[in-house]
Amino acid sequence: MLELKGVSKSFGGLHVLRDVNLSVPEGSIFGLIGPNGAGKTTVFNLITGLLAPTAGSIEFQGTSLLGQRPHRITRSGVARTFQNIRLFKEMTLLENVVVGAYRHMNYGIAGLLLSLPGYREQERRARERALELLTWMRLEHKANDLADNLSYGEQRRLEIARALATEPKLLLLDEPVAGMNTGERAELMREIIAIRERGYTILMIEHDMRFVMGLCEQIAVLNFGKIIACGGPDAIRSNEEVIEAYLGREDEDDMETTGAQA
Amino acid sequence: MSGFDTFWAIYGNLVLTLGTNALLALSIWLTLACGMLALANAAFMGIGAYAAALLTMNYDAPFTVALAGGMIAPAIVAALIGLPTIRLSGVYLAMATLGFGEVVRVTILNTESVTGGALGLNGIPQSTQWWHVLLAVVLVLLVLWRLRRSKVGRAFDAIRGDETAASLMGIDVRANKMAAFVLGGAIAGLAGALNAHLTFFIGPSEYGFDRGVEILTMAILGGIGGLTGPILGSAIVTVLPEMLRGFGDIRLVVNGVILVLIVLFLPQGIWDPVRFKRWMRKGGKRHA
Amino acid sequence: MLQQQFVNALSLGCVYALFALGFTLVFGVLGVINLAHGAVFMLGAYAALSVINNFALPLWAAIVVACVVAGVVGVIIDVLVLKPLRRRNAPHLIPMIATIGVGIIINNGIQGIFGASNLRFPHGTVPETALEIAGLHVTVIELGIIFVSFALMAVLMFVMHRTQFGRALRAIAESPRAASLLGINVERLFLVTSFTASALGGIAGVLIGLYSNALFPLMGQPMLHKGIAVIILGGMGDIRGAMIGGLFLGFAEVLSVAYIGSTMRDAVAFGLLFLILLIRPQGLFGKVVQRKA
Repeated sequence: MLELKGVSKSFGGLHVLRDVNLSVPEGSIFGLIGPNGAGKTTVFNLITGLLAPTAGSIEFQGTSLLGQRPHRITRSGVARTFQNIRLFKEMTLLENVVVGAYRHMNYGIAGLLLSLPGYREQERRARERALELLTWMRLEHKANDLADNLSYGEQRRLEIARALATEPKLLLLDEPVAGMNTGERAELMREIIAIRERGYTILMIEHDMRFVMGLCEQIAVLNFGKIIACGGPDAIRSNEEVIEAYLGREDEDDMETTGAQA
Repeated sequence: MSGFDTFWAIYGNLVLTLGTNALLALSIWLTLACGMLALANAAFMGIGAYAAALLTMNYDAPFTVALAGGMIAPAIVAALIGLPTIRLSGVYLAMATLGFGEVVRVTILNTESVTGGALGLNGIPQSTQWWHVLLAVVLVLLVLWRLRRSKVGRAFDAIRGDETAASLMGIDVRANKMAAFVLGGAIAGLAGALNAHLTFFIGPSEYGFDRGVEILTMAILGGIGGLTGPILGSAIVTVLPEMLRGFGDIRLVVNGVILVLIVLFLPQGIWDPVRFKRWMRKGGKRHA
Repeated sequence: MLQQQFVNALSLGCVYALFALGFTLVFGVLGVINLAHGAVFMLGAYAALSVINNFALPLWAAIVVACVVAGVVGVIIDVLVLKPLRRRNAPHLIPMIATIGVGIIINNGIQGIFGASNLRFPHGTVPETALEIAGLHVTVIELGIIFVSFALMAVLMFVMHRTQFGRALRAIAESPRAASLLGINVERLFLVTSFTASALGGIAGVLIGLYSNALFPLMGQPMLHKGIAVIILGGMGDIRGAMIGGLFLGFAEVLSVAYIGSTMRDAVAFGLLFLILLIRPQGLFGKVVQRKA
C-alpha cells in the first residue's frame, strides 16, 4: 500500500535519511523502530508532505505522494498522529474529532448560508461519527470537555480518534503509547488490533519493544538514517546489527526485557 | 417625534459610525479567527472608500454599484498581495501588512490627478442612509454567523489552533486563509464605501496607522472568541471618544491606554465565553 | 553632485542604523517587536530640546540626558508592560500589540504637552560650519552623526562579541530558559537591554532632530516603519544586519530622491520590505531558526 524507494533526506550537510526502502502491505500492522534521532519522525514528515525528500520516491496505492501538499495527502487517505501531541486545545473533544471529518463535507456556500438539508445532514452525520469514534476510544464521557484538560494517555487516544475521523486507509501513529502506563498500553494494543480488523493499515513508530513485538507483523529498524533490518518480530529480535544498535543506549533495557520474555 | 429628530440630528452620524466600525471590527475578526495578525484592513477600507467615491463622483454610478465597487476593489488587491503575504507567519505578516498600509497611503498621495492626493476627495454625495448601514451589518453578521457554524468556521479554528495539524486533517490552510483575507478586505472596503458617502470628504490620512490600530483595538477589546466581541469592542471604541469629546488629544491617548490595559488584564477581550463559563462554574459548583 | 549625496546618504544611513540597532536588540534578546521604539526615539529628541531650552545645557550634555531619559522610559515599558506578559507566557504577538498602545500614549501625550507644530533647536546649538574632507562638503552635524554612530556601533559589536556580557546576551537570544539554567540573570539583562536599546533610539532621535531641525510628536512613526523595513531586510535580531540594512536604506533613499523624485522616498523602504519578504523573508543575515522557549 505504501512504498518508499531510495528515500533520502538531508538538511544542508546533515544527512538524516539515507536510501530508505519500506514496503507496507495493505491491512498490516507495520512497526518502524530505532534509537532516538534515527530519523523516524522525518519519515512520517516526508510521507505526509510536511517535508520533501532529497531523493527517492514515495508511493501510496500506486500514486506518487511527492510534491503534494499535506492536505491533499490526507485527503487521499493518509492520516497521522504526532509524537508531541498537536491537539486543538481550545476546542472540545467532540469538536477536535469533527475537524477530522472536514474532507468529507462537501456542501457549498449556499448550503451553509441557507442551512440547506445537505448541510444539516452532513453536519449531523459528522457529529454522530465523531461520537462513535470517541466511544471506541472510551472518551465519550468527556466529549464536551476542553481538549486541554485531558491526561496524557487520553490525549493520545483523542489524537487517534481524530485521525480516524478523516476515514484514512493508512494510519500513521507516532509513538502512540509514550507516557502511558502498562494498563493503558495493553488497552491500546487491543484497540489498534480492533482498528486493523476494521480494514485500516497501520504504520507506527514506537520505542516500547514489548508493544512493537506484540503487535507488529513486520518491523523495520532505522539507525542513523538507514534501514538496517526488516522482517518479522523474531527475525528482528535476533538480528546482530539491531542488538548492536541498541547497545549502550537507554533502550537496551527494552531489548533485555524482551529478550528475557522471548 | 421631534425628540427623535433632535437626537438624530446630533447623534445620527455617530450611530451610523457605530455601524461602519462594527463592519471594520468584523473584518479583522475574520483574519484573527484564522490566527493571522493582518493589519491591512485600514488600507482596504481606504481602497474601498476611494473606489466607491470615484465611481459616484466621476461616473455618476448608482449607490449600489459604488458599494459593490467598494467591495470588489479591495478584494482584488487582497487577492493579489494575499498569496505571497499569507505564507508569512506571525510577526512577518503583521509587519508586511503594516507596511502595505503605508504603501497604499503613499500611492494615494502620489496619484493626485485621480485621488486628489493629500487634499483628498471632497463633495462626495451623502447617499448613505441608516438602513444601508443596518442592512450591511445584519447581512455581514448573518454570513459570518453561518460560516462559523460550518466546516469553514471549524477550519479557521483548527488553523488558529495548530496549522500543521489542521493541514493534516485535510484542510487547505492556504485557501482558507486567502478566503478570510480577501473576504475581510471586502468587508473593510464596504465599511469604507459607506463611510465615504457619509462624511462627504475622505483623505489619505484617514486610512493610515491610526485607523489600523483603532480597528485592531476594537477587535482585541471586544474579544475574538465569537461575533459578539467585535460588535461590543467597536461600540465602545466609537462611543468612548464622544464621551471624552472635550479632551482633544486625550482621545487618542485613551485608545492607547485601553489597548495596553486589555492586553495586560483581559487578554481574551471583554466578551470571553470561556471566562463566563468559568465564573458560572465557580458559582454553582458543589462537587470538587 | 553624487559625491555630495554620499555624505547625506551616509548620515541618514547611520541614523537608520542606530534606530534599527535598538529595535533589533529588543527583538533579538527579548523576543518582542517594540512598536513603541518610534515614540522613544521622539522622546530623545524632545528631551534634548527641553534641557537645551530650559537649562541651557551644552549639546553633549543634552545628548546624554536624551540617552538617559529614553533608556529609563525603555526600562519602564519593560517593567510595567513586557515583564507581566513574559510571566504569563503570552504568545509573542501580544506584547507587540501592547507596545502599539504604549507608543500611542507617548506620542499623543507629547503632542498634548508640546503641541503638534514643528519645533526647532535654538540657533547655534550646533556650529554651522562645514568642513572640506576629501573634496566633500561635510557639515559639523553630519560629521558628528557619522562619528557618534560608528563609535556606538563599534562599541556594541565589541560588547556583543568580545565580552562575557555580550555572550550572555547572545545566549538569551538563543534560549532564555537555557540561559537562566546556566546561571545568567535573565531578568536583569532584559532590563539592561531595554535601557540600551531605548537609549540608542533616543540618541538617534536627537541626531535626526539636529539634522532635519524639525521636531514633531509623530516624528517617530516614519522612523518606525523604516526601522521595520531595515530589520526585516537585515534579518530580525541580527545586529550586523541592522547596521548594514540601515546604511543600505539611507543610500537607497537618497539615491532614489536624487534620481526619481522626493515623493516616492517613503515608499522606497516599503518597496524593499515587500521585495525582501517575497524573496527571502529571513533577511540578508537572518536565520530561519525558531526561537526556543
